[in-house]
Amino acid sequence: MSANVNAALPLEYQSEQSRMNIFGFWIFLGAEIILFATLFATYAVMSHRYAGGPTQHDLFEINGVMIETILLLTSSFTCGLAIYEMHRNQKKGLLTWMVITLLLGAGFVGMEVTEFVHYVHEGATMQTSAFLSGFFVLLGTHGLHVSVGIGWAIMIMIQIAKKGLTPITARKAFIIGLYWHFLDVVWIFIFTFVYLKGMVS
Amino acid sequence: MNKPWKGAQKMFKKGSIIPLLALLPVLLLSGCDSHMVVFEPKGPAAREILHLINWSLIFMALVAIVVFGLFGYIVWKYRERPENKDYEPPEEHGSAKLEFIWTVIPILIVIALTIPTVKTIYNLEKVPEGYKNIKPIIINVTSADWKWIFSYPEQGIETVNYLNVPVDTPIQFKLTSAGTMNSFWIPALGGQKYTMAKMETQLYLLADQPGEYIGRNTNFNGKGYAGMEFTVEAQSPQKFAIWVKQVKSTAPKLTEKHYVDLLKPSNFGRETFSNTHLAWVNHGDMNSKTYTFPELYKNHDYPGQIFKEPDNNETNTKMDGQAEGKSMDMSGHTIGGDHNGN
Amino acid sequence: MGIKWDKILITGDPLILGSQIAILLTIVGAVVLVTYLKKWQWLWREWLTTVDHKRIGIMYILVGVIMFFRGGIDGLLMKAQTATANEHLLDAQHYNEVFTTHGVIMILFMAMPFLIGLMNVIVPLQIGARDVAFPQLNAVSFWLTFAGAMLFNISFVIGGSPDAGWTAYFPLAGKEFTPGIGNNFYAVAIQIAGIGTLMTGINFIVTVLKMRAPGMTLMRMPMFTWTSFIASVIIWASFPIFTVALALMTFDRIFGTHFFTVGGDGNPMMWANLFWLWGHPEVYIVVLPAFGMFSEVISTFSRKMLYGYKSMVFSVVGIAFLSMLVWVHHFFTMGAGPAVNSVFSITTMMIAIPTGVKMFNWLFTMRKGRIQFTTAMMWALAFIPCFMIGGTTGVMLAMGAADYQYHNSLFLVAHFHYVLIPGVVFAVFAGLYYWWPKMFGHMLNEKLGKLHFWFFVIGFNLTFLPMFFLGLNGAIRRSYTYSAETGFGPLMLVSSIGAGILAIGFGFLVYNIYWSARYADRNITSDPWDARTLEWATASPVQFYNFAKVPEVKSLDAFWYMKKQNKGLELNENELEEIHMPNNSGLPFVMAIVFGIAGFFLIFEWKIAALVALVGIFACLIFRSFDYKDGFHVPIDEIKKIEKAWRKVDKEVKNHVS
Repeated sequence: MSANVNAALPLEYQSEQSRMNIFGFWIFLGAEIILFATLFATYAVMSHRYAGGPTQHDLFEINGVMIETILLLTSSFTCGLAIYEMHRNQKKGLLTWMVITLLLGAGFVGMEVTEFVHYVHEGATMQTSAFLSGFFVLLGTHGLHVSVGIGWAIMIMIQIAKKGLTPITARKAFIIGLYWHFLDVVWIFIFTFVYLKGMVS
Repeated sequence: MNKPWKGAQKMFKKGSIIPLLALLPVLLLSGCDSHMVVFEPKGPAAREILHLINWSLIFMALVAIVVFGLFGYIVWKYRERPENKDYEPPEEHGSAKLEFIWTVIPILIVIALTIPTVKTIYNLEKVPEGYKNIKPIIINVTSADWKWIFSYPEQGIETVNYLNVPVDTPIQFKLTSAGTMNSFWIPALGGQKYTMAKMETQLYLLADQPGEYIGRNTNFNGKGYAGMEFTVEAQSPQKFAIWVKQVKSTAPKLTEKHYVDLLKPSNFGRETFSNTHLAWVNHGDMNSKTYTFPELYKNHDYPGQIFKEPDNNETNTKMDGQAEGKSMDMSGHTIGGDHNGN
Repeated sequence: MGIKWDKILITGDPLILGSQIAILLTIVGAVVLVTYLKKWQWLWREWLTTVDHKRIGIMYILVGVIMFFRGGIDGLLMKAQTATANEHLLDAQHYNEVFTTHGVIMILFMAMPFLIGLMNVIVPLQIGARDVAFPQLNAVSFWLTFAGAMLFNISFVIGGSPDAGWTAYFPLAGKEFTPGIGNNFYAVAIQIAGIGTLMTGINFIVTVLKMRAPGMTLMRMPMFTWTSFIASVIIWASFPIFTVALALMTFDRIFGTHFFTVGGDGNPMMWANLFWLWGHPEVYIVVLPAFGMFSEVISTFSRKMLYGYKSMVFSVVGIAFLSMLVWVHHFFTMGAGPAVNSVFSITTMMIAIPTGVKMFNWLFTMRKGRIQFTTAMMWALAFIPCFMIGGTTGVMLAMGAADYQYHNSLFLVAHFHYVLIPGVVFAVFAGLYYWWPKMFGHMLNEKLGKLHFWFFVIGFNLTFLPMFFLGLNGAIRRSYTYSAETGFGPLMLVSSIGAGILAIGFGFLVYNIYWSARYADRNITSDPWDARTLEWATASPVQFYNFAKVPEVKSLDAFWYMKKQNKGLELNENELEEIHMPNNSGLPFVMAIVFGIAGFFLIFEWKIAALVALVGIFACLIFRSFDYKDGFHVPIDEIKKIEKAWRKVDKEVKNHVS
């Protein structure tokens, strides 16, 4: 619906359909919150069920986790910068900061995959115990979301490069920004309730 | 609709009789055998639950009378007839007073139901009143596919698919499962509780009348589920003591090998042993071994991947098919023994 | 990958072989018929690629009817097997598969599609909108539901049916006790359909909040829209939980994890909790829109506005909120302890209060009205006493200690059928009879409707009322047989006879649909019931753009007041503007097929193949991302032509002709 265009608003909010898309995406994020909450609850219930296998203390190393956290949190910041550039109508700025965001995100995913491979070599697979099943599925779901996000963002960047900044492409960029920040928030919970809690208690 | 008012009248008459019409054959037929085990308690737990049920029935009947009555009256009085075809119903938005009434009265009913409910919930977790001075007899219940294994740790005996218990003695059931989640239910004596692997739940029951009662599993667990009936005989303490002595002196010893067979998917009849399996495994312990036999559960569907478990008891795999020869015994007749340990 | 070709098709059972042949013949027959009638293009253009909410709704309803048939056959088989003691019509394994598919199909592939279908057709019309917020996503929702349903239904002839009950409790539903792939169908097919449903929930939340016609405040929305909106919120809150539960089940079964297994320190109780955290809100997802339909029907056929509208809205919100707080009542006997059981007894009993409020408001809507005994109204009338039995027995079950005797007995089965069938199925029937003219331009035959009604209602009561007594006598659910000594025989036989009568009732519905399609009068008014809400201010069947001019709403029961004041119904041709409509798209259909294929491979545990198909899903998403088609405009001339065709010469909405 291209009616109801309000040129006074930022590009991504200008058409009524775009406003509904963004609103709908917030609602979708709400559903994702519930999804992750369920995974967290499951992890919490399983977190001390080791079946005689490795525990959090045996496996977690703070260094790698810190680096992953810095990578992801920084990428959220650069993503914010990208949207800032978009609001200044700077297509090049938007694309540049998005590339940096995705590189940081890819770094995060790479490190996480390395971490998982390391655990598997130590004999801690998701089939070993309920704790590890919960761990791998929670972290893996998050990691998968990040990976899909990277792919999705690349598609949108291609569209922005080809079509420029229009109300439609701006909306798409805005939505992927929301998604990216959301995943960052989820990571903060993972860092706190899985890694920190696991290493401290 | 040629004769709408006639049709409407007919419809109303039928309308309010629908539930009664259906009730009629039921009433007639249930008169043939109006025994309902929940309404014929043989122990204080079942009796206390029945009191709660009867209490709720009073209120539910009240609600039913009010609603059915209002419904029948309104539908009949305000039906469309040729005479009132141009009656324009009034624009009624509602009534705060009525909303208040039909909100508050149900709240009061809920409160009236809640208080005895909570009381009973707590009471059922303890030895019933009047029996607190009597030493309870402990029975470990282990559900397996598809049989019940009862261990008497203090007497050192074990039975399969039947229980003998002394009358007027609290029984502390310690419930667990060797595999699937089941539900231990003796409706004549009281409510049920789930049995779960590597966990122990507890149920206090007591029979205050001698007799034979049926027990069932109510939590579906596969092919042999319908065959998980067991019988409970409540006998005088003297008879019970004689039975225990008899079992100890004449019943065979349970071997670990036979026990593993018992855990495999099959329906058994009754068995009696002069020792218990608790010597080598208590399934209620969180760290007990896992006794699962996925290979034995295959049927006509496309086979899926079966995962080897590190904590699984390994002695099962060589005995495939041996336990499957036993047929399902529905009638409760003994194959392996009766209540006298024969 | 180790494909065992000889085990893919289920063999060794004459009934199943018969079904396999029948399915094959039906598919071939359907293809031949469509080719002979040269309708492939029409099918593709008008149905497979539609994004029109009305068409999508009709397809959902069609799925519901077909699934009602399949689930009903399952029910009849169960009743035939248990009519007498020690019957051998079905062996235990088959019975277990039949009751599992009966439950899943009735709730997820019959009730949900029926309700979502009616929501799809009616809600946008009731709020004066031209479609839902995300039409293409709406089509995806339907086709995913369809793919999930097809996958689930094929299981009994290919691969093996799930057999652990519709609740799929662990450890039974895990590989340790059901090592075949049967229960993989459960985990994967329902997951696919569930994604579709979650998307519907989001779609309708945005639609109702953002697309109402000017003047339609929240408190001026029709009750069906309100309840559909609240149900969408419950979907949004509860389906993600089920998504996780099914995913964890998939991991346990296909990848060997230990969420719910006995080995590896798994926790089977966690499945019960996650399942019911979704499962309880699910029954309110189906019952609330049903309540909304009853509100519409009762109000229209009492010719009186809904009594206590505000109170009704608050009740629905209250019920929805409470529905997330009661799940433990499904397993009072799992040993949670007296404190937990007490709390959940209280929360569960509390739900009876707003529900009772609604009952009284419906009764008082009828009071001082002028009640017309149309078939739609008959369903609403039968609902009141029958649902009351379901509701009061629900309160009895809510009392935790009493539940220790009722749990998993036939008393429980009778209770939930007494709330689901009067609460949901009667409502769907009422909705179908009520809104049929709006959907298809002709009415369902009232005489056949009455036959449908009487056979169904009497059959229903005869089937389920005896179960209360059977349950109180110790009869348990899911048991494929029983011995003669139990004494269950006579009442079980009555129940089975009732099921046969019920089936005849359903037969009348199907015949009614066929008869009316062939013979019913097409020359009917757009407002045959003299109704009250905006969906009736359209043609019958509705024009594809719904409203030539977006209506201005001045009150509750908007259409009624427009008629009473003779305002807002005229169409001034000078006010007409071009209408922007979305493009059709074949992508939703294609994506669902890819999902179905990926699901099939995953179910059979051919993981590499599943991964490849997953790439296909991403390809579809990428295709969608690059799709910049922005719809088309309907020229004013076309609008004028369509409007002229259904309005009277002076361009007012046709008045009700009694």
